[in-house]
Amino acid sequence: MEDRRARHPSGSRLNTWLLGLLPLCVIAVAVAGFAVLDGPGLTARNGPPAEELTVERTILGAGSIELIVRNQGADPVNLVQVAVNDAFTDFRISEPEIGRLGSAGVRITYPWVDGEAYEVTLLTSAGGVVTHVIPVAVTTPDPSGLIGLMALLGTYVGVIPVVIGMLWLPWLRRVPPAWIRALMALTIGLLAWLAIDAALEGMEVANAGASALGGAGLVAMGAVAAYLLLSGVHTWMAARPGQAGGYRLALLVSVGIGLHNLGEGLAIGSAYAVGALALGATLVVGFTIHNTTEGLAIVAPVSEERTSPRRLALLGLIAGGPAILGAWLGAATVQPAVAALLLGLGVGAIVQVILQIAPSARDHTGRLLHPLGIAGILAGMALMYATGLLT
Amino acid sequence: MARERPIEVAPGVTFPAWTYNDRIPGPTLRATEGDRLRITLINHSAHAHTIHFHGLHAAEVDGVAGIGLGLVQPGERTVYEFDAEPFGLHLYHCHVTPLASHIAKGLYGAFLIDPKEARAEADELVMVMNGFDTDFDRSNELYAVNTIPFAYMGEPVKVTAGELVRIYLVNVLEYDLVNSFHVHGNFFDWYPTGTSLRPAEYTDTVMLCQGQRGILEMTFSRQGRFMFHAHQSEFAELGWMGFFEVGCGASTACERSR
Repeated sequence: MEDRRARHPSGSRLNTWLLGLLPLCVIAVAVAGFAVLDGPGLTARNGPPAEELTVERTILGAGSIELIVRNQGADPVNLVQVAVNDAFTDFRISEPEIGRLGSAGVRITYPWVDGEAYEVTLLTSAGGVVTHVIPVAVTTPDPSGLIGLMALLGTYVGVIPVVIGMLWLPWLRRVPPAWIRALMALTIGLLAWLAIDAALEGMEVANAGASALGGAGLVAMGAVAAYLLLSGVHTWMAARPGQAGGYRLALLVSVGIGLHNLGEGLAIGSAYAVGALALGATLVVGFTIHNTTEGLAIVAPVSEERTSPRRLALLGLIAGGPAILGAWLGAATVQPAVAALLLGLGVGAIVQVILQIAPSARDHTGRLLHPLGIAGILAGMALMYATGLLT
Repeated sequence: MARERPIEVAPGVTFPAWTYNDRIPGPTLRATEGDRLRITLINHSAHAHTIHFHGLHAAEVDGVAGIGLGLVQPGERTVYEFDAEPFGLHLYHCHVTPLASHIAKGLYGAFLIDPKEARAEADELVMVMNGFDTDFDRSNELYAVNTIPFAYMGEPVKVTAGELVRIYLVNVLEYDLVNSFHVHGNFFDWYPTGTSLRPAEYTDTVMLCQGQRGILEMTFSRQGRFMFHAHQSEFAELGWMGFFEVGCGASTACERSR
């Protein structure tokens, strides 16, 4: 270092910048030249342009069907005609030509009937068709009118069950350590099930959207991001004095479960918005029982230490509260790509939490997969699966 | 009168129908050639409807959106006035877009104009061939004549041997390209659209597209049960089949079929 500085006594910083920028400038010039000369040496495409349109949102109003369409192909697409159930209909489009990754709103005048199925066919200028099925037509609710309902729903399926589950804490404090280890293994099982569930859900959502925006890869991206972030937070918290280990772990579990509940709320909210969900006692009871087990997972790490009620309330809120936010976002029909990313965050968070919890499930010889542990993990997954059947 | 009404089209299967006078098919309108007709449509449904008659009439009363009387909006009424011509078997149906669903939901019926010189005395029956798309996928789940699948299997159409049977056959089936009528153990005289008094064909099977209709005349000479059904086996087995039960009349000679 000293030697090199000696050789470049003045203006060395400026030179470093210039040298760094030089390749970028070359790229810019090359790209511009290539574009101006229209790709010399390359032939035009073979065959007709590939048109790839995805319908991202369907909004049903009185006598109208509105579709938000995204072009995920390489070429611009012109939407020129619209048919509903094999009959051409009047429609308006914000911009007939949709560029790459661009989107447009298609507003169709159609006297749809509540509860019936419709097939909307979009005809492009190249003669291609994009078919979109509306399995059950119901009026799309105005998201702003749903805030109260979604908050209630999120509280029912997120906050209340988690808090109920946390009531196991006094009991946990009286059971022998071997039981705690088994319960931690059970928690791992619960979380593993949640991770699998969120990953599958995320991929489903991602595949419904434009694959050009990332598709299932977004779930993986979200997962990696959440994992790294939580690992960072964990390291940071471990470095701070005065943080009891059990509480720290419980907080991490809360964050992980919170991210999962965000995804769950998202699924509920969006299903409600498209009419695919009947809000009934069965559904709410199902989710309540299902999510009660999450409360157990949160308090298990703090069973051996004193924790103030305020902190416990905070843990419950962190874990359950995001269900409310998720339900709002879902009802407002967020972009599938965003939803996939959010669900991915849940996956990464849970995986991180599992790794954090694993040491507490080890027995005195340091084994994680002791018979009780294995039984616990399997029982946890079975419990989640069984309670999931109720929803 | 047009209004929405759920109709049980098969045991346990309720179809959210749109009806004329609460029934599918709508009431058969029968007139004699040259009669002045005044048909009032009162719309009690949530959608605009019309009645479009097949026949000779002014554009004003054609029952098409934007022409003459045009759409009959919910709560409104309209009177269609025209002369009954030409004689024959016709039909009427709603002509509002989306057309396929307005028809498939049940807004149709037979429209019969008798010639001034009445046809021969006969045992008459109107058969409107229809079907129902219960899951809204634009293909029919149920097929029938006069709406109820297999109805004439359980309760055969009773006719008398040696007596003339006349069937007014109309096809309104939506979503399928053709429909047909086939009778067992007998042949019939076929009067396409019923506009001629001379039969066009002596056959046991006819094929009709949507809106096509005609008159069948036949006489059974043997006693017993004879099937009639669409000769698209799929339609038949999804409901469009029935029996004629031929009995012995008091005055006619009757031969046992076995």
